[in-house]
Amino acid sequence: MTDPLSRPSDDRQATALPIDLNARELGRWMWRQLTSMRTALVLLLLLALAAIPGSVFPQEDIDSLAVSQWRDDHPRLAPIWDRLDLFAVYGSPWFAAIYILLMISLVGCIIPRLFVYARALRARPPRAPRHLSRLPEHTSYATDEDPDVVLARAASVIRRRRFRVDWTAGQSDAVAAERGHLREAGNLLFHLAVIVVLVGVAIGSLFGYKGGVIMLNGKEHGFTNKLPLYDDFAPGSLFDPAVMEPFSFSITDFDVEWMTEGRRAGQARKFVAHLDYETEPGAETKQYDLRVNHPLSIGGTDVFLIGHGYAPVITIRDGEGNIAQTGPSVFLPTNAQTFESFGVVKAPDAQPTQIGLEGTFYPTFAMSKDADGNLSLPSSAFGNAIDPLVSLQVYTGDVGLDDGTSASVYVLDKSRATQLTKANGQPFRMDLRPGDTVTLPDGLGSVTFEGLERWNKIQISRTPGKLIALTGVVLALLGLLGSLFVRPRRLWVRARRQDDGTTLVEVARLDRSSGGDPETGRDELAEIVAALREATREDREVRA
Amino acid sequence: MSDAQWETLSNQGVAAAGVVYFLALLAYAVQWAALRDVPVGQPVAAGGGGVAVDVPDERVAERTEMAGRLGVLLTGIGALAHFLALVGRGMAADPNRVPWGNMYEFTLSGTFVVVALFLATTGRWRLSWLGPIVVGFVLCVLLADVLWLYEPVAPLTEALESYWLVIHVVAAVIATGAFTLGAITSILYLLKARSTKDKGYLARLPELATLDRISYRMHAFGFPVWTFGVLITGPIWAHQAWSSYWNWDPKEVWAFITWVVYAAYLHARATAGWRGRNAALLALVGAATLWFNFIGINFFSTTSQHSYAGGAAGTRSVVVGLAWPVETAQEVGVVVGSDHART
Ligand code: HEM
Repeated sequence: MTDPLSRPSDDRQATALPIDLNARELGRWMWRQLTSMRTALVLLLLLALAAIPGSVFPQEDIDSLAVSQWRDDHPRLAPIWDRLDLFAVYGSPWFAAIYILLMISLVGCIIPRLFVYARALRARPPRAPRHLSRLPEHTSYATDEDPDVVLARAASVIRRRRFRVDWTAGQSDAVAAERGHLREAGNLLFHLAVIVVLVGVAIGSLFGYKGGVIMLNGKEHGFTNKLPLYDDFAPGSLFDPAVMEPFSFSITDFDVEWMTEGRRAGQARKFVAHLDYETEPGAETKQYDLRVNHPLSIGGTDVFLIGHGYAPVITIRDGEGNIAQTGPSVFLPTNAQTFESFGVVKAPDAQPTQIGLEGTFYPTFAMSKDADGNLSLPSSAFGNAIDPLVSLQVYTGDVGLDDGTSASVYVLDKSRATQLTKANGQPFRMDLRPGDTVTLPDGLGSVTFEGLERWNKIQISRTPGKLIALTGVVLALLGLLGSLFVRPRRLWVRARRQDDGTTLVEVARLDRSSGGDPETGRDELAEIVAALREATREDREVRA
Repeated sequence: MSDAQWETLSNQGVAAAGVVYFLALLAYAVQWAALRDVPVGQPVAAGGGGVAVDVPDERVAERTEMAGRLGVLLTGIGALAHFLALVGRGMAADPNRVPWGNMYEFTLSGTFVVVALFLATTGRWRLSWLGPIVVGFVLCVLLADVLWLYEPVAPLTEALESYWLVIHVVAAVIATGAFTLGAITSILYLLKARSTKDKGYLARLPELATLDRISYRMHAFGFPVWTFGVLITGPIWAHQAWSSYWNWDPKEVWAFITWVVYAAYLHARATAGWRGRNAALLALVGAATLWFNFIGINFFSTTSQHSYAGGAAGTRSVVVGLAWPVETAQEVGVVVGSDHART
């Protein structure tokens, strides 16, 4: 090391492109550019910039309905947006390009530094520069002790301050010392840990899955962890169904507490789904109270409670008096406060014609008044089922299902069905409370609202690599603390006999941390000098 | 004490804090007014107060010294009242809880952290010159909080009842406070760098290099705390509540952007050797993303929800999971069926 003032770092700076290059030189030049600090900085800022559109436009994998809305609202922009992946920013090639470049740059930066660091660990502290007084932090004093005595004492004083010290009596006129290697260790750890986090996240998104299922309450409506039983399922691209754990569970009961007074009246709280579950077929049945923030972990899979709703039990008798359809039908809330819900019931086997019902369920039925005080729209006043009512319209003809295509159970395909109307041409509508039966016109049959059941939406996810990612961030944080708060610094003490017979002792310090502060430097220097001279005084007293 | 009494106490605490902060501001005003026409002389000897008080006139020197001390003392008393107001908010809720159920409470906590960090560092780092700015800033934000964001106490929604969330929010608020102080220092740096006056407030600030260093320290402190809050505890909680630890919702995206910008800031300083002006500008970009996330996203996100939620809102939320809530304390919709409405 010739000049201790220049930071002996190999942080690469971008260099200008030399004029003639062969392919190999060009490759090397590009590698140097990519792993230069300026590129790293630009890539970091670019990553921040690239993340913005995803927070502005709806994202396919977060809210696909919002995306289709947006498409409908902006028919001309949508194809362009599609081309630019603006509905799937975080999985897009250009977003990936930025972070992959950043990762390559990171590796290219960190690996060489690892070697430099390994060498530096074994290296001796750099020799004292010729002119210590040129360093910004330095001090000196004169004494009549022998230089070697001063230096020996300096070596032990500095060693006690946990510096690495290089000095051999008689060989050198200066003690060199260094401390704070952990800063670079922390820095390396941080950057390597960033890669670990990325690996963890990648494992999760490649091999994991996330799925949802709407489950009716009751022992008889159990769920087994098999792919076809999911309502929606989003696997990673390398997901293998063989890893799915063979557990099963059912919801025996669901508690919810509706607030009827106070400022949050009308809201619900304390949702608990009581589960019976088996970790594998034939295993003993265990109980678990599934609550918000308290998922059930079975092996590597987590089960979450994320929603609830009502399932009116509706029976359709056909024109021949046979039960064509019965059982709970899941109605999906259209209002998350009042649980006004929408749903359909289909009876494809009804004779003489198929019957489909579509309508709204009101847990607490109410008629809201319009501005003139006339009762107008039906609505739900409360989320709890205090006065439940289901209001249905009737379709006949082909309501789907016959041709074997798997139509959604939540929508009615009306393209080949006709709506039942009253004599005046108005749609035929029936309002049913539990126990009510309405006879359909034209001898089609009858509809009975038998009662109410509940369902829960359960999310099931398996995210392998999440512990790797967590370990990664924790390591990154530790590394970061080292990298930001350990102060690497060097110290030199030189003692030389002068012409007048006294010894000139020079002490200098070099702080290599960013944001190092002059006060601590000054204090450290002062303490060392004080320790050196203090010892001298004691010495004299002993001798006297 | 009943809940209503706690709530009243909290409101009185906010009012008292406001009044005392205002008095502190007056004390600082007296301090700086006395120095207004005195040109800055020799730099103060090491170990002097933060404000360069080397005024020829003994009496003026004494008066400014007194006023400055009074200012810090009043800031401390204001902070106590402020703290009481926070405790009151928590105790007023049934069941008792941490005081960050909505924007009002979140702002109340954030401003408290700014003051507390200032008080904690002012002695060590000689920041008394920062007093008037901090108190003025906090006073303005508190005023806006009370005027526009006030909401009566209400119980926390279910998803918020998690200690991970508590740690997450504490970390986020502390980091926000530190970044805010860093941003204030960066602004002062930029102003002082352009000023050529030898009198007045800017002239009496510490040297540019010192401002730069203090700004760096605030950020160096804030960054690991932000990392802990946003990238460790946030995802842990999100995993418990929403079944996946990172969802790329706008709040998360912007927390990530803030993190990346501040990483770039630390990087630029450590390796590209950015100091002073450029570093200060980058720090302010970071602060802009931070505050946009805190203020902007709520409004912006609500409107965007309105604009594309339309009639399909309900269906949508069922498809995704009853309410797909947006990160961070002040407005997490309940996961299990309840309002999407942001508080
Ligand atoms: C995910 C992307 C990255 C993040 C979040 C990040 C963040 C950081 C942080 C917070 C520091 C500490 C600054 C300090 O010591 O004050 C740092 C230092 C450093 N980074 Fe990065 N960095 C990233 C990528 C890179 C890349 C791509 C390179 C190489 C081209 C790089 C090279 C360095 C070096 C050499 C230092 C050491 C500074 C010193 O000597 O103190 N980093 N980085």
